[in-house]
Amino acid sequence: MSVDGIATGGKPSPSICMSPMHESIDAAHRRFRDIPPTGSGSDSWTLRIVRQDDETLAVRRDVAEPGRRAVDLGAMVTVARGGGVGYAATSDMGDDGLRGAYERAAQWALHATRRGTENAELPQPRSGEYRSPIARAWVTQPYAEKVDRLISLSQSMGGDARIADRSASLWWTRVESSISGSAGGLVSQVFDYLVPMAAVTASDENDTQTRTFGGHAYARQGGLEVLDEVDFWSCGSRLREQALELLAAPNCPSGSLPLVLAPDQMILQIHESIGHPLELDRILGDERNYAGGSFVTPDMFGSYRYGSAQLNITFDPTCDGELASYAYDDAGQAAEPVALIRDGVLLRPLGGAVSQRRAGLPGAATARASSWNRPPIDRMANLNLEPGNADFASLLAEVDDGVYMETNRSWSIDDSRDKFQFGCEYGRRIRGGRLAEVVKNPSYRGRSATFWRSLELVGSAATLQVLGTPFCGKGEPNQIMRVGHAAPACRFRAVDVFGGE
Amino acid sequence: MSTDSHDYFFSLAAAMPELLSGDEVFTCHLRAEDSSFVRFNRGRINQAGDVRQLQLDVDLIRGRRHAVGQVALSGDRSTDWPRLQELMGDLRQLAAASPEDPFLTYNTDVAASGEHRRACSLPSAGEALDSVHDGPSVGDLVGVYAAGGIQRGFASSLGQRNWHDSRSYNFDWSLFDERGRAVKASYAGFEWSSATMRERLAASMEDLRVLAQPARVLQPGKYRVFLAPAALHELLSLLSWGGFGLRGRMTRVSPLMRLHDGTAELATAVELTDEIAAGAAPRFEASGFPRPERVPLISAGHAASCLVSPRSALEYGVETNGAGDDEAPVAVDLAPGTLDADTIARELHRGLIVSNLWYLNFSDRVACRTTGMTRFATLWVEDGRVCGPVDPMRFDDSVYRVLGDRLVGLTRQREWIMDPSSYDWRSTRTARLPGALVDDFALTL
Repeated sequence: MSVDGIATGGKPSPSICMSPMHESIDAAHRRFRDIPPTGSGSDSWTLRIVRQDDETLAVRRDVAEPGRRAVDLGAMVTVARGGGVGYAATSDMGDDGLRGAYERAAQWALHATRRGTENAELPQPRSGEYRSPIARAWVTQPYAEKVDRLISLSQSMGGDARIADRSASLWWTRVESSISGSAGGLVSQVFDYLVPMAAVTASDENDTQTRTFGGHAYARQGGLEVLDEVDFWSCGSRLREQALELLAAPNCPSGSLPLVLAPDQMILQIHESIGHPLELDRILGDERNYAGGSFVTPDMFGSYRYGSAQLNITFDPTCDGELASYAYDDAGQAAEPVALIRDGVLLRPLGGAVSQRRAGLPGAATARASSWNRPPIDRMANLNLEPGNADFASLLAEVDDGVYMETNRSWSIDDSRDKFQFGCEYGRRIRGGRLAEVVKNPSYRGRSATFWRSLELVGSAATLQVLGTPFCGKGEPNQIMRVGHAAPACRFRAVDVFGGE
Repeated sequence: MSTDSHDYFFSLAAAMPELLSGDEVFTCHLRAEDSSFVRFNRGRINQAGDVRQLQLDVDLIRGRRHAVGQVALSGDRSTDWPRLQELMGDLRQLAAASPEDPFLTYNTDVAASGEHRRACSLPSAGEALDSVHDGPSVGDLVGVYAAGGIQRGFASSLGQRNWHDSRSYNFDWSLFDERGRAVKASYAGFEWSSATMRERLAASMEDLRVLAQPARVLQPGKYRVFLAPAALHELLSLLSWGGFGLRGRMTRVSPLMRLHDGTAELATAVELTDEIAAGAAPRFEASGFPRPERVPLISAGHAASCLVSPRSALEYGVETNGAGDDEAPVAVDLAPGTLDADTIARELHRGLIVSNLWYLNFSDRVACRTTGMTRFATLWVEDGRVCGPVDPMRFDDSVYRVLGDRLVGLTRQREWIMDPSSYDWRSTRTARLPGALVDDFALTL
């Protein structure tokens, strides 16, 4: 069951199989079974090993920045002893390093036991595997060819004196994550991620406007095929034209107007005002000193009207190519699709096995860690808004005067995830049921608790995009996490919209 | 681990020239950290553990071509050496396949070598935890205790050697009452005292009592506010995101573009400096360039110097001042004013004391208009007296107004803030800031 033996997906790159950093995952977990010292018989423990390989190619103003390659490897040992749980993480994976980590983790468990603990459980991992689907592996295109294509993309965004900056980049990551436990389970998963990014800035003496390729929203699992699926290579001239249009455009109007949001803004709206408030650790209060609490309380599940009857939200770890697909979370628990909101009614929170027991609520397998050096906490993973029936033209059709917005650029929401204000890169006025002139600095504000009830019409599968973000921040110590969101375009009634100064 | 990682790093660096071929050059930068993290919720321990990590960044250079690598180190030579050999091979291939880099630069002045160690005294885990749990019940305390060693090293095949070593703690917490209102506090530094920790904890329990008064509901509008140093820190952290770097200025995406252009100004009381020598960040950046003691950023309300990374320096033909790639300040320092923080309610007369701001972002970057939330203790003041808490409110206002014509004044007392953030690694950023009294601050939701 070593990485080399996993048959699905693309061919692993040679450095993965034959690296001197790469004792097989299986062997490392087997070796660890002899590590717990005498007298630890009543402990339960887990060992989580993460190896991450990154390659980054970036071009700015047609100049290639140096290629970057990174290899990270480390382990987290978690021990439950005497009614408490502790962890120790180390980049020293030798026997002495792991033994030291075990002993420190056990000490932390005792500290917790003596002083009172919120969290006395250590779920044991199941057994199984997962591998990202890959059609064309990252390594099949030579490095120099990728750089050349990025330079061409950068060039396609230039050619006008008002273009002040332009950039294009590719960020590839492979994560091999595995967890074993004292009960004998072993979960082994290999993820390939690709994040294409492009941005162009236009400026004159009065204003500066930036247009991007969805920010970093076109983050996916998979290989080079992702770039064709999302039309990355051809985006340059469109982004340049739109940046220049924005420079000459009037500000977004102010008022209470119908609002149509493109998928690359919908995902931010879902993320901030549905995903975060449904995280069980926030509801339990763990995050109140940093990321915040939630306006959602445990009594709301099963009855609270979160949004209009058009609103259907699903945790779906099985969506092919979506950024946070997996078979098991980082506590080794099996992940399956779960309906969180159906026909507007709130059903379930997002929370892993430990939080579920603490709260006495059902959840989903979403205990996730940013890497080997941080413990799992409740996160979003793939959180999707189910498509409706309206094609894009009918989303606009009944709107006499409204605004359409694309691509998030500004996000802010209160610590209970209620009062929000979001800004987008690109707006269009909607007049007489059609897209009209471009408007700049399109922004809107509202309250989560009422905003989703104004969801009037949900776009069809033809308007849906599978997107995500590699940069969701949360937790103490802080963790950055990859989350996926698939969303159609949607229309909202009477939203407080406005523009810049 | 700190002495160990010092000797280990420099022994690796001394051997690494063996891995070079021909006229290759390398620079390398070490990050090492040995941190304890204890989370609390409801006064009880939530997650407790520690993290030991070592990471080496290597820039392998041949002529105008290069590639940058990063590798986790175990601290054991027999494990790490093959990793380095493999990395250097990979980088050699990558560099050969790369176009020439017109902005390639690294420090060639070996005289920039130096070592900096701060005298530090940290508690044992038990001692730190006892200061929370041995006294009167702390009630609903939530937050994190983070402590331990942070090292950074630089070495190049030209012979330059730099070392930065400090051990610090940062206990960052909030206390909640039964109605969900909270005060936030922290105890951070290099010389731990359990007595001081207990005093801080007792003070925040006292502060929480003020929030027991009935809450006042505010309508959106313009209010006179006192932004406490922690609140001002959030605003300046947002500005640091592209506001003070040369690249942001030259590509015209800086939120302070109008200040750079000279078409807008801030109040003359605004004297903002990156006081690097007074902070806790290393005095060298990742390609070996030294950082000066200080870089003036805003002087008498006008733009002063920019932070210039080595790459920007070549791109725009100026000298670097050792800024990192993000060209953000590491030790923000705002000069004090003349207001007395102890009598600020009287000075405010009618308005809000804002202890913290939260989740800031730009609502109109060119106009430097920012939005965000009040968080934790926000207090309504009437006739110079604190009357009770205010629920979280959204603001949306331009820094050109808040720190410009609507700035009434800054306090003469300042607070020292150590950034508690710990994404991948514990932050070494610091700030030293007064509070600010501001008229007509726009609350919108």
